[in-house]
Amino acid sequence: MPASFVPRTVEILRFLPELLLTVAGTIIMVLAPIRRLRSVGAFAYLAFAGLVSATIAAVAAQSHPGFSFSGMLVVDAFGTFFRVLVIVAGLLIVLCSVSYWRREGSDPAEYYALLLFSVTGQCLMATADELIMIFIGLEISSIGSYILAGYLRNDRRSSEAALKYFLLGSFATAFLLYGIAWIYGLTGTTSLVEIEPAAASLLRAPAAILVMTAAALMFVGLAFKVSAWPFQVWAPDVYQGAPAPVAAFLSTGPKAAAFAVFLRVYLTAFGPYSQRWAPLVWISALVTMLVGNFAALRQSNIKRLLGYSSIAHAGYVLVAVAAGSDGGAAAVMFYLAAYTFMNVGAFAVVSHFARRGERYVEIQDFRGLAERQPGTAALMTVFLLSLIGVPMTGGFFGKFYIFKAAVDAHLIWLTVLGLLSSAVGAYYYLRILVAMYMQEPAEPVNTLPSVPASLKVVLWTCAVATILLGVFPSFVLRLATGPHVFTGQVLP
Amino acid sequence: MNLLNFCLALPLVGLSLLLAIPAHRRALIRQFSLAVTILVFVASIGLAFGFRTSVEGYRFQTDLAWVPSLDIRYHVGIDGMSLWLVLLSTLLMPIAMLVSWRHIDRNVKAFHAFLLLLEFGLIGVFVALDFFLFYVFWEVSLVPMYFLIGVWGHERRVYAAVKFFLYTMAGSVLMLAAILYLYNATSTFDYPVVVSQLSSGRLSFSTREQTWLFLAFFVAFAIKVPLFPLHTWLPDAHVEAPTAGSVILASVMLKMGAYGIIRFCLPMFPSVARANADWIIILAIVGIVYGALVAMVQPNMKKLVAYSSVSHLGFVVLGIFSFTQRGLDGAVYQMLNHGISTGALFILVGLLYERRHSLEIADYGGVAAPAPNLASVFMIATLSSIGLPVLNNFVGEYLVLQGAAQANFRWAIYAAVGVILSACYMLWLYQRIFFGKASPAISSQVRDLGSREWAALLPLLILMIWMGTATQTFLPTISAANARMLDASKKNVEFHVMSLPEAGESTMKPTAFKELRRAR
Repeated sequence: MPASFVPRTVEILRFLPELLLTVAGTIIMVLAPIRRLRSVGAFAYLAFAGLVSATIAAVAAQSHPGFSFSGMLVVDAFGTFFRVLVIVAGLLIVLCSVSYWRREGSDPAEYYALLLFSVTGQCLMATADELIMIFIGLEISSIGSYILAGYLRNDRRSSEAALKYFLLGSFATAFLLYGIAWIYGLTGTTSLVEIEPAAASLLRAPAAILVMTAAALMFVGLAFKVSAWPFQVWAPDVYQGAPAPVAAFLSTGPKAAAFAVFLRVYLTAFGPYSQRWAPLVWISALVTMLVGNFAALRQSNIKRLLGYSSIAHAGYVLVAVAAGSDGGAAAVMFYLAAYTFMNVGAFAVVSHFARRGERYVEIQDFRGLAERQPGTAALMTVFLLSLIGVPMTGGFFGKFYIFKAAVDAHLIWLTVLGLLSSAVGAYYYLRILVAMYMQEPAEPVNTLPSVPASLKVVLWTCAVATILLGVFPSFVLRLATGPHVFTGQVLP
Repeated sequence: MNLLNFCLALPLVGLSLLLAIPAHRRALIRQFSLAVTILVFVASIGLAFGFRTSVEGYRFQTDLAWVPSLDIRYHVGIDGMSLWLVLLSTLLMPIAMLVSWRHIDRNVKAFHAFLLLLEFGLIGVFVALDFFLFYVFWEVSLVPMYFLIGVWGHERRVYAAVKFFLYTMAGSVLMLAAILYLYNATSTFDYPVVVSQLSSGRLSFSTREQTWLFLAFFVAFAIKVPLFPLHTWLPDAHVEAPTAGSVILASVMLKMGAYGIIRFCLPMFPSVARANADWIIILAIVGIVYGALVAMVQPNMKKLVAYSSVSHLGFVVLGIFSFTQRGLDGAVYQMLNHGISTGALFILVGLLYERRHSLEIADYGGVAAPAPNLASVFMIATLSSIGLPVLNNFVGEYLVLQGAAQANFRWAIYAAVGVILSACYMLWLYQRIFFGKASPAISSQVRDLGSREWAALLPLLILMIWMGTATQTFLPTISAANARMLDASKKNVEFHVMSLPEAGESTMKPTAFKELRRAR
């Protein structure tokens, strides 16, 4: 046994992305006091380099799939998919942030360090195959994002967002931890691979209800992170208050990682109980879609609107989780990939347009954007159409794939109601389009600064990815489907 | 790369080239997009020559894998019905560009880009033979029209555009649910495969499943047609859209709904379609009469033409659900006729608006004196619209009424009221606009037709007479396609009758006999 405490090289390789991110984050923290570096914006470059190398490491690690550190982590196609996804999301956010902070007049080293640490936590969540590891990953990810949400220290809304996010978030995490404790008490293990048979043996025993209680407690913690009903209340406030790039980050990285945990825990450890937890997720999915879509109808602040929209989209993803099948898992993966690009894109436009101090974030401020910056408006149109779910965009194909999984699992009513609520949701995205294209500019055409290069890269990457995912979805589908999704189940 | 793919790809290629032209070179943008659409039209005429009525099935087929893991295919092809709808779309697109030549002077580049994208979507809808592909085109055609109405429309354009988008979206998500359900049962999105499985009985749904599936498809299409209680988006969208938008909307996009009903609802769920025919026909007849009556009292001429569309499309639905060869032929023919005559009327109304800047009928009177040519063309379009013999609508309406009479004589009587009413409101409109003494404002503002306007209208006038006199050019191919559709729908009915005993004989028998009689 002691010999296995020394990790083998291949185990380090599997852990390399997290390692690189942590190293990059630490270097930034150490160099932070050097004023000269701050003035040339070196920290953004460092963060960027860290994330790029982590992407390469994550892809390379996939050629050596297997467990690390006595089964704490597992590198499988599923984990790699999510790991690359959250790192790419982090990359896009860094690119968004550069121009944002330059405009706000600072180059905050700690911001990039926290971002990297948060991404590290999400990577751990994606690959964790053990409950304690999941908890640690979740905490690393969350603590970073709590601070990020309140990064505009002088802004009351931002502080409120951070406080709200922190208090509710830590409360929800406590539920998760409590659920983990229950599981450990019931099965005597925290490894997902071992929980499955242990839980399955309790299926007919009276203790099954206790396993379900544990599953429900963990659901509280995870539902909070993905902003699913009834734990979605924080999302609009936090998205509105947080700096725009952070809001984009919160709606993609932590959410994707939480869904990764959701799938891995509920499809492996609680897999035998799928008949019992599926109704729970069913109800949560339906109400999440309805709450998100209907509440967004009346919003006038775009960040808040996108907050509600992200609740609705969490609802769609939960539909695929409720399907509880491999097809459902693949749909979740595809949708989150598409959602990352379209939502970061939309937030990037909002963050550019908000200008210094985020003064212009009302829908009516978008009036006449098509005349003032036709290119930006066209890109925003792509993102909005994708969020609506119009064919030829990733958002449509993702939605299609989710509801296909739901129909395959005979969730007909959920499909019909979900699709109808997405038609309702079209209305609030259309309001933004209406403001951009069909109303006269509120101010002179030339007051809007041109799009900085780094943001242009983000916008074009997101737009091209959104369209590619819609027209040629096969590439990502191939990654998301196949027999290899959870190797955690078959390997020792 | 056969001719059909060429027709489908050309607008898209044109669109990407158009985006490269600088926005301030408006004349070049106009000429270029007109050239592209004319080229598409010329190419699509080739489709008609490649058509032989004797050939079974679909012509110009292409069947390629698109998303292999889900068996989503790029499967396109046309039969005798879709051929003419494709031609209608490609014909009207250059005409729509001609009529907006001077009228549209804002965002010219975006306007033409959306028209080209729209053409891509419209052709796609009529040629797609894969459910997924069909849905994609169906929705893709929605977006440019939304922008056309919303950006270049009249005062209440935003309201109309959003209403149009949401109505269609609500219907089409139901269709998406039905498509997913079908896929779950068949593991294919391929339309011909599903139809052959259904009609051979290898695939069968319970009556309850069939009813839901039928309704999901039907509601999506009925919104687009539009059938009576679902028509409320139409007057808003038509009135607020710019002329080009109204023309395409009325002439082509409404046909998407009727096309969908014939293509999908009839052959896939024939027994349910027959069982539900009664109330659908009642709605269609209500639509015919209601549309005509509302049209009669409109003070706004664009709204009048819009409501006349509700009335005319009622005939199409009546013809379809008569389940007779005549009725179906008439319905398809009427789809084309309506596209041509109502398209012409919208263009003419648009020309009047360009001159007088008003759509109120009360602002006109005596226009015939300063613009005799405009008056004559308007007269021909009016006569065509009310179904005067020798002009196109007469043929369609006659066939529909004959088909309806074969199925149930009373339907024909009620529907015929609509024909009479259409003469009332159209001729009254004509009288109020063109006769009487021209006020000085009219005489000074209203010019006669210019050469560009003649170019837009002449093809439609020729077609009105051609389709009214030489029906043999069009009808045989349509009939062949319809006969096959009707045949497929009969096979399934027999299957339904064979499964009768378990459903309880005493209650079901009379309907079965009726169905058999109707099927004959």
